[in-house]
Amino acid sequence: MDFSLDDDLIMIRDGVSRFITDNYGFEARRELIDSDDGFSRNNWRRFAELGWLGAALPEEAGGIGMGPRASMVIMGELGKGLVVEPYLATVILGGELIARYGSQAQRDEILPQIAAGEIMLTLAHAEPGARYDLHGIATKAAPSGDGYVINGAKGMVLNAAGADRIIIPARTSGDRSDKSGISLFLVNGDAPGLSRHDYKTYDGGRASELELTDVAVSDADLIGALDQGHDALEEIMDHGLAALCAEAVGVMEVLFEATLEYLKTRKQFGRAIGEFQALQHRMSDMYMSLENARSMAFAATIALEGDDPDHRREEVAMAKVQINESAHLIGRQGAQMHGAIAITDELAAGHYYKRLSAIEALFGNSEHHLGRLADMG
Amino acid sequence: MSASETSRLGAFRIEVRDFIRDKLPDDIRETVRSGRLGTAGETQRWQKILHEKGWVAPSWPVELGGVDWTPMQRNIFEEECALADCPPLDPMGLSMIGPLIIARGSQAQKDFYLPRILASEEKWCQGYSEPGSGSDLASLQTRAVADGDDYVVNGTKIWTSGTHAADRIFCLVRTDPDVKKQEGISLLLIDLKTPGISIRPIIGLNEMHFFNQIFFDDVRVPIANRVGEENRGWTYAKEVLGDERLQLSRTGENKRLLRQLKTIAAQEDHGGEKLADQDWFRRKLRRAEVRLKALDYTKLRFLQRAEAGEAIGPEVSMLKLQGSELIQELDEMLLEAVGHYGLPYDKSWMLIPRSELNESPIGSDYAGMLSANRFRHKGYTIAGGSSEVQRTIISKRVLGL
Ligand SMILES: Cc1cc2nc3c(=O)[nH]c(=O)nc-3n(C[C@H](O)[C@H](O)[C@H](O)COP(=O)(O)OP(=O)(O)OC[C@H]3O[C@@H](n4cnc5c(N)ncnc54)[C@H](O)[C@@H]3O)c2cc1C
Repeated sequence: MDFSLDDDLIMIRDGVSRFITDNYGFEARRELIDSDDGFSRNNWRRFAELGWLGAALPEEAGGIGMGPRASMVIMGELGKGLVVEPYLATVILGGELIARYGSQAQRDEILPQIAAGEIMLTLAHAEPGARYDLHGIATKAAPSGDGYVINGAKGMVLNAAGADRIIIPARTSGDRSDKSGISLFLVNGDAPGLSRHDYKTYDGGRASELELTDVAVSDADLIGALDQGHDALEEIMDHGLAALCAEAVGVMEVLFEATLEYLKTRKQFGRAIGEFQALQHRMSDMYMSLENARSMAFAATIALEGDDPDHRREEVAMAKVQINESAHLIGRQGAQMHGAIAITDELAAGHYYKRLSAIEALFGNSEHHLGRLADMG
Repeated sequence: MSASETSRLGAFRIEVRDFIRDKLPDDIRETVRSGRLGTAGETQRWQKILHEKGWVAPSWPVELGGVDWTPMQRNIFEEECALADCPPLDPMGLSMIGPLIIARGSQAQKDFYLPRILASEEKWCQGYSEPGSGSDLASLQTRAVADGDDYVVNGTKIWTSGTHAADRIFCLVRTDPDVKKQEGISLLLIDLKTPGISIRPIIGLNEMHFFNQIFFDDVRVPIANRVGEENRGWTYAKEVLGDERLQLSRTGENKRLLRQLKTIAAQEDHGGEKLADQDWFRRKLRRAEVRLKALDYTKLRFLQRAEAGEAIGPEVSMLKLQGSELIQELDEMLLEAVGHYGLPYDKSWMLIPRSELNESPIGSDYAGMLSANRFRHKGYTIAGGSSEVQRTIISKRVLGL
């Protein structure tokens, strides 16, 4: 296993890092969160110009072809800035799915537009009531003319309000929790019959509940093979998970460093609170936990580069379990050691704590992934 | 406990329960039940109802408007209130400055302030912490210098909860900078409308206005508003902690959260099965229940010692410490129970009844409030002596390490 980054990756990482330092201060981010869109289209254009949106995508599709490691370093840096632009939804969940499973026509049409920042995507990965089970799909796509009509509901669809295309997993055969019989469809964001209930999330993000009533799609909107969408969905969610883990590492790094700095500067009882051994030991635990999180997030990305799906599933599930454990420790204790100021809206540390809390609940909590692992034997 | 004692307490419990059932206004009950943040007005309304019954100040002497309940009865009262979705009483007047005035105040202070607190006519807030003085409270710097019949107060207080709805503040201030830090502190009662006071709101992590910072700029406070002797404020402030610490375990609130968790688990669909029917969750729930039970019984043992007239020492710290940590654990289980539906959040959900909002809930009608309460409860292990401070008390003062 090679845990190194080559020069190109380091260049990208430093570029994202510089952008965030220069443009993504606490107040700037707050304005974005409160804006109508919830993010900045200007920033998105910059991401495209700087090559980040296409970095991981294949070269023949307008990308740079740097693969999952590029997503990892970009997500890590975006995590450090608590960036709210829909990179995960568009590039990972949308882009990777089209790149890996899209028809030639879909690839030709959509991927260059993603890389150019001209189109946004998202994936409706969950249904209300199914919790984290990807195959818990009641939404139905019934054949009609030279296409399908889709009826059903989706929940917690990230960044759906700004998405030009939404990928809808729907049942073309089988029962609600069967793994076979799932097909993936590209649906326009403004398709007739598609209605959204948009909302904010406590970590500064945006998501939506969707309802689909007789939404018509054509055969050309099917992604991958009919009825065989489950494995593709799982693979792409593993990409999403690995990216989320990479982001979490960035979030944790900042909160950890901020806490460390606070322990050195905050004085009580005539000395820096970092001189109290109770806090020293806790910081040591957090430090180790962060290192473990780094290792596991990287390993998940490496597993995406390979071609063994069983290995990938296992590594990614394990990574999420580790990330959740580290996020829990670093989030809670980072806040605790800041005292009252941590639970205010004024200090960045609290917002990092909130994002970690959200990441714990996204794309499967620990119990879900432990269940996956237990089922692997 | 004797059988007759047990049945006496059982009868008392039923009396409290019946009273709440009959008298707690439905709208207030619904606010608390739904997990929304109650308003100061709701708390006031409920306190007035309790006052009418004579139950609003269980810790006060009977002749001053208190109740002659035993520690065990007080515990039952608080627990029944929490379980019946009563809004928590505002502790600032009733449990903090009230008992201090009773113990150390002048007759004039007692006559003026106590009836107003009992009748919920005036709201108080607590001005202890400062930007540089949190856990090390005795290092506080806000200065009060005598000038004629007044003190002139300069400095700043921070993290004062609820100042925006309060009429008065009780403040620890430095009156002698040249002695050991604990020995130069006095306690002043200050009208928040006094010229020279300005207030900056501090918004919480859940986007709600909770904290404030207060600035004192040559604020003149009559010396007559000092409680007790000059430079004895630190000692007084410590004194009232004694009795109150028994109530800080939040067992009632913990039991309410556990009950909510069970209710939610019975509704949450988890892969076609209810969460409450899943083995892993039931085990987790039971584990939390064991922790709560252990805390509850430990608290009962403390209460029995108190009833037997035994002095309770610093070991009582274990109640606050464990009670606040358990609440945070239950908050996390609640969020886990709703999966990613804990994420959607809009602060209006915390303030406005669902029936008055022009939108359907996201996921369920209970999920949207859970994160806000979780981030609010994060303060429980920081305020009132942080968990670290409590552990230090136990290791140093109980264990002699
Ligand atoms: C919800 C809430 C409500 C509050 N309401 C009020 C109010 O109404 N009025 C008021 O005056 N104040 C109020 N406070 C302030 C509260 O009293 C302080 O937050 C508390 O005293 C801790 O101080 P601090 O926040 O400055 O943290 P600090 O004292 O700076 O502590 C930072 C961290 O260091 C740790 N630490 C400090 N000393 C030691 C040590 N010796 N050993 C090990 N660890 C240590 C702490 O435990 C904490 O984790 C409130 C706080 C909260 C959270």
